[in-house]
Amino acid sequence: MADVNAKSVLIAPIFQNNPIALQILGICSALAVTTSMSVSLVMALAVIFVTSLSSFFVSLIRNHIPSAIRIIVQMTIIASLVIVVDQILKAYAYEMSKQLSVFVGLIITNCIVMGRAEGFAMSNTPGMSFLDGIGNGLGYGFVLLVVGFFRELLGAGSLFGFTILPTVQNGGWYVPNGLLLLPPSAFFIIGLLIWVLRSVNPEQVEDTEFKMKENSKPQEAV
Amino acid sequence: MAQGNNSIKKILIVAFSLCIVCSVIVSTAAVALRPAQQLNQELDRKTNILNVARLYEPGMDVEGAFREQITSRVVELETGEYTDEFDPDEFDGFEAARDPATGRTLSGDRDIAGLTRVENYATVYLVGNEDEPEQIVLPIRGQGLWGRMMGFLSIEGDGNTIISITYYDHSETPGLGGEVNNPRWQAQWEGKEIYDEEGDLSPAIRLSKNASGENEVDALSGATLTSNGVTNMLQFWLSEEGFGPYLAQFRSGTESENAENADTDFEDGEGA
Repeated sequence: MADVNAKSVLIAPIFQNNPIALQILGICSALAVTTSMSVSLVMALAVIFVTSLSSFFVSLIRNHIPSAIRIIVQMTIIASLVIVVDQILKAYAYEMSKQLSVFVGLIITNCIVMGRAEGFAMSNTPGMSFLDGIGNGLGYGFVLLVVGFFRELLGAGSLFGFTILPTVQNGGWYVPNGLLLLPPSAFFIIGLLIWVLRSVNPEQVEDTEFKMKENSKPQEAV
Repeated sequence: MAQGNNSIKKILIVAFSLCIVCSVIVSTAAVALRPAQQLNQELDRKTNILNVARLYEPGMDVEGAFREQITSRVVELETGEYTDEFDPDEFDGFEAARDPATGRTLSGDRDIAGLTRVENYATVYLVGNEDEPEQIVLPIRGQGLWGRMMGFLSIEGDGNTIISITYYDHSETPGLGGEVNNPRWQAQWEGKEIYDEEGDLSPAIRLSKNASGENEVDALSGATLTSNGVTNMLQFWLSEEGFGPYLAQFRSGTESENAENADTDFEDGEGA
């Protein structure tokens, strides 16, 4: 955490310190918006925009933020940026904003944005905070796209709306798995993804907080 | 961090200036982007009208098709006559309902769709010849489970046979009430009849668990309150309070001549 250089700040959050896979933040929106690749992509871009700019602005005024109201100050900046994103989507990507519906507004409550503002931007320079925001947004987007890839491909037989596996309903051979279009499937995929990432980077595995005790005998229970 | 940051004066200065900067940014974005957003909403409304009239194809020129194939007219609900008092492109039923001059308050027992206030005029969209339209598209709205549902209902030129229904703005639970926009459920509406007797202004169309006959459509499973909402808003908008008098003209117009002077002349028996 201590060494702050542009490259590590930008790249590390994608694999080594991924906000979803390692810090387990922002899961709720990852469940909701990953039914298709295009929605995941737009959501990822929106989060990159909000995280980078909110970190930038928080960092810019970090020496003037009274610590008593710092969370509210961060929230205000984040909320304003989210409203701007929402307005832009409504104006230029109306169909997409209808599909994303409330989840654009819910970026405000995405722990990643708040976490970066409080954890990084409050004590680093604006330039670095901006890059850190982009990096964390990319890490979030990476997970979103991986999950979206599997959900759309196996759940609807398509990618970005283009048919890859012709489904039975449209006269093809592929029987789509309806479960993958429902939110629980994202849990499984994110779980598997975390497993893969931690197998590749064993240092990500947390130390156990407690050791599991052996089965107790009836007389010990008392 | 400077020590003086936590003085009350500093806190107030930071909070105020931040609020001002943020509100300027947010309101600038909202005002600057409003024209583009309204254009999108307008396009979306037209797409929905074309869609419910089964004229929509992906990638088509919505504006052009709408201009060529659809005539908008404002109807006075009480008499069922067209009126030229309002411009159909500008008329907004929801706004009109709130205006005392063009809307009225509904008393509790008549307000089955949960509207509180209803407009006296409404825009209808006609496909084909204006006097003998192939299709009539009616705007409907009412309370669902979580909030107001806005939609369109398309009816054949006989003023009785339903073609399709669609909701373009609702907040029902996805997967349950949100299935009102499932094409497979929408397809069930085709050929259903609104009224079961001629000359009668009380609609018979409703959602039901074991739908049978010409006036019933399968309710949405797991979404009883949404289904009730859909039934109620159809019952309201197709009754005397809504488009009943307007549709009656088409019904008497297309039925056999003696239907006009004989109210008791039932042609389609119940549950046919």
